[in-house]
Amino acid sequence: MGKKDTVFKLLCTGFALLSALLMLGFFLQLSLAGADAWKTFGLNFIFSSEWDPAAERFGALSAIVGTLATTVIALFFALPLAFAAALYLVDAAPAVGTVLSHAIDLLAAIPSVIYGMWGLFVLAPIMQDHVQAFFARIFKLENPGNGFGIFTAGVILSLMILPYICAVMRDVFKMTPAVLRESAYGIGCTKYEVAKDIVFRYGIRGILGGVFIGLGRALGETMAVLFVIGNLMEMPHSLFDSASTIASTIANNFAEADGLQRSALFAMGLILLAMSFGIQVLAQYYLHATGAKRGEK
Amino acid sequence: MAIKILTRNLNFYYGNHQALFDNNLAIEEGKITAVIGPSGCGKSTHLRIYNRIFELYRDQRAEGEVLLDGKNILSPGVDVLELRRRVGMIFQKPTPFPMSVFDNVAYPLKLHFKLSREEIAQRVEMALQGASLWDEVKDKLRSSGLALSGGQQQRLCIARAIAAEPEVLLMDEPTSAIDPVATLKIEELMDSLRERFTIVIVTHNMQQAARISDNTAFFYKGKIVEAGETKQIFTNPKNRQTEEYITGRFS
Amino acid sequence: MKKKSLVPRKIKDMALRIFSSFAVLLSVGAMLWILYTVVRYGAESLSWDFLFHKSQPYGSVGGGIANALIGTVLITFGAAAMAVPGALCAGIYLAEFKDHRKLAALLRFSANVMMGMPSVLVGLFVYVILVVPTGKFSGFAASVALAVLMFPVVMRTTEDMLSMVPDQLRESALALGMTRTRATLTIVCKSAKNGLLTGILLSLSRVSGETAPLLFTAMFSDSWPTGYFSEPTANLPVLITEYATNSPFEVMHQMGWGAALVVTLLVLAVNLITRIFFREKKYGN
Repeated sequence: MGKKDTVFKLLCTGFALLSALLMLGFFLQLSLAGADAWKTFGLNFIFSSEWDPAAERFGALSAIVGTLATTVIALFFALPLAFAAALYLVDAAPAVGTVLSHAIDLLAAIPSVIYGMWGLFVLAPIMQDHVQAFFARIFKLENPGNGFGIFTAGVILSLMILPYICAVMRDVFKMTPAVLRESAYGIGCTKYEVAKDIVFRYGIRGILGGVFIGLGRALGETMAVLFVIGNLMEMPHSLFDSASTIASTIANNFAEADGLQRSALFAMGLILLAMSFGIQVLAQYYLHATGAKRGEK
Repeated sequence: MAIKILTRNLNFYYGNHQALFDNNLAIEEGKITAVIGPSGCGKSTHLRIYNRIFELYRDQRAEGEVLLDGKNILSPGVDVLELRRRVGMIFQKPTPFPMSVFDNVAYPLKLHFKLSREEIAQRVEMALQGASLWDEVKDKLRSSGLALSGGQQQRLCIARAIAAEPEVLLMDEPTSAIDPVATLKIEELMDSLRERFTIVIVTHNMQQAARISDNTAFFYKGKIVEAGETKQIFTNPKNRQTEEYITGRFS
Repeated sequence: MKKKSLVPRKIKDMALRIFSSFAVLLSVGAMLWILYTVVRYGAESLSWDFLFHKSQPYGSVGGGIANALIGTVLITFGAAAMAVPGALCAGIYLAEFKDHRKLAALLRFSANVMMGMPSVLVGLFVYVILVVPTGKFSGFAASVALAVLMFPVVMRTTEDMLSMVPDQLRESALALGMTRTRATLTIVCKSAKNGLLTGILLSLSRVSGETAPLLFTAMFSDSWPTGYFSEPTANLPVLITEYATNSPFEVMHQMGWGAALVVTLLVLAVNLITRIFFREKKYGN
């Protein structure tokens, strides 16, 4: 190799190493900046839901619960929809399938702050007047909620992650060998049976990968949640309660926080990073096995 | 001689491209019919009309009549699920489903019939024995169908196809992806299935056609050039093109 | 053998088909609903003054979003200038130099993890490494944050696009006596040019609407973005957040919608144009 080649290769290697360094940097930096909070509260920080800036008592539990609850709701709606939509798109006539796929991909292109606006001014009022009022009547709830809370945030998140999951599933379904589908139809399966027993089983790992991609997106989403969740640092008791997520807490409080509270926010950041990292590892593990892409298009 | 499938004036199109021209063919019941011809001649296309599997692709279209026991399967009133139970298909590549050996064979049974657990187990064993696979897999019924060898996988697919008690078995070059020893086993198996089923096999292997089939149809450029008893076709073909093809003077 | 009735099977099948169509309709419908809302409320705000005047301090009536628009463009292109060259090199490393497979796998994994990084954490990260030491919020810090978001995306798309270039092309370039560097840059990258551009433009459109990383870096400002390196810099996403959530005034909500429309149009325009111009062309011209 010539001298130029060596230099070029070193340059490329250096930049590639940057991705690993950045990842380590995030862990290191969030650990350091949150050290005070960990020292003061220990592991109790994770298991306490107390959040009292005046008394300097901080715990992440209510935000963790809020994060998990919104994510579960988001997946609950997005998964079946993404699976069914992907089935439709893979089997549709090529021209129709392409146009509709692009249309769904556009959902992922809309900035999250726009979702936030829409949630704040359009979805939350609908939730309050219709959906939550309806549930309140059925279950005889005393407090139907004001439209701002876990459920509304979950619904918005489900729309945001749907295109990612759908894109991965489209990839996975396309990888089901045509001859396998043919032989399933060949013994007299309906489309439903082929989807449930053949395509789903064959692509289960890729589908799981898609689920984790969506999960990662939902966990870390900030703005859309911030606008509609109500930002209340209390343990929620129902799906319609106002609450907060880790990301929304950081965005909402960071500017005014100092001292121990700021450190507590960094400590929450580390928890979010750890969750996100774990989920990405799972997503990689499952997607790697199938060779499906990540749905970033 | 009972006719199981009778094809009349069958034309087939891929979009605007016509692939089959006025096919007329009689498939005898309980016999093995070989369909031969150079690649791209339309023999697989012809076979894929018998169970209407071509309908999975929206630009493919068949015109004419295919009578199964005297009823036109191409007419819209025919239930395609029931048709495909009666007309099973084996593909070029083995296609075990992503499930266990047992479930692969039980799957079509559960799909089409109301059976108890015991009946299913019994019929799975019968089907696997029918496909000469039972002795090889009886100790690994719970392991994945994909863990078997290529030849075993193909026999598993045959077991799966015969489990639902079809009347016709379509085989689309079933041994082209399999080694010679496994091929021989499948040919023996086909011989044992003769009479229980009406078998139509597409093959590019002329020795195979000569060895196992009772009747042969020779396709060329989407047309049926000659059809008749295998013995006659291979020893005394009436058509010059047929003769050139079976003697190998033909690409 | 007793046959199963076909009816329940067909009902389930029909249910799946209906649900599938419904899922597509719902997804596309939601997208159209959001766009419709933004256009309907935002269009009222659009005017000459709105687009070409700077925003007014909190509480004053009137003013526009020109400063935030320019700020957003500055921050976004600043991010691209920082992220793209390095990310291309990093992608080239993954696709072209395969002598340390384990290292490459590790780096690919890190890039994938970074792609899933919650953007609010990127804001925190840059706040600590840049805003705290200099004591200044700045547009530059915001660019760095967006660059951190862009880097792994461009890196991975570069790898994907280069991997689609057939090996014969590489070999024939090397057979002509080209150096590895020259072959990679002139032949391989050039033949994957469209794919690379698509990746860069799509990631650009994606980060230009990001808000969370800007909250603690660019912050917000009512003045023209004259101090990119040293002052809080106006930008559209934070302006929308401020006007929509921190204000009880209908007028400001209205301006927020106007800004939302501008951001949405910008992002979707880049996105759609990229898709239409480079559609389905994986590589080659």
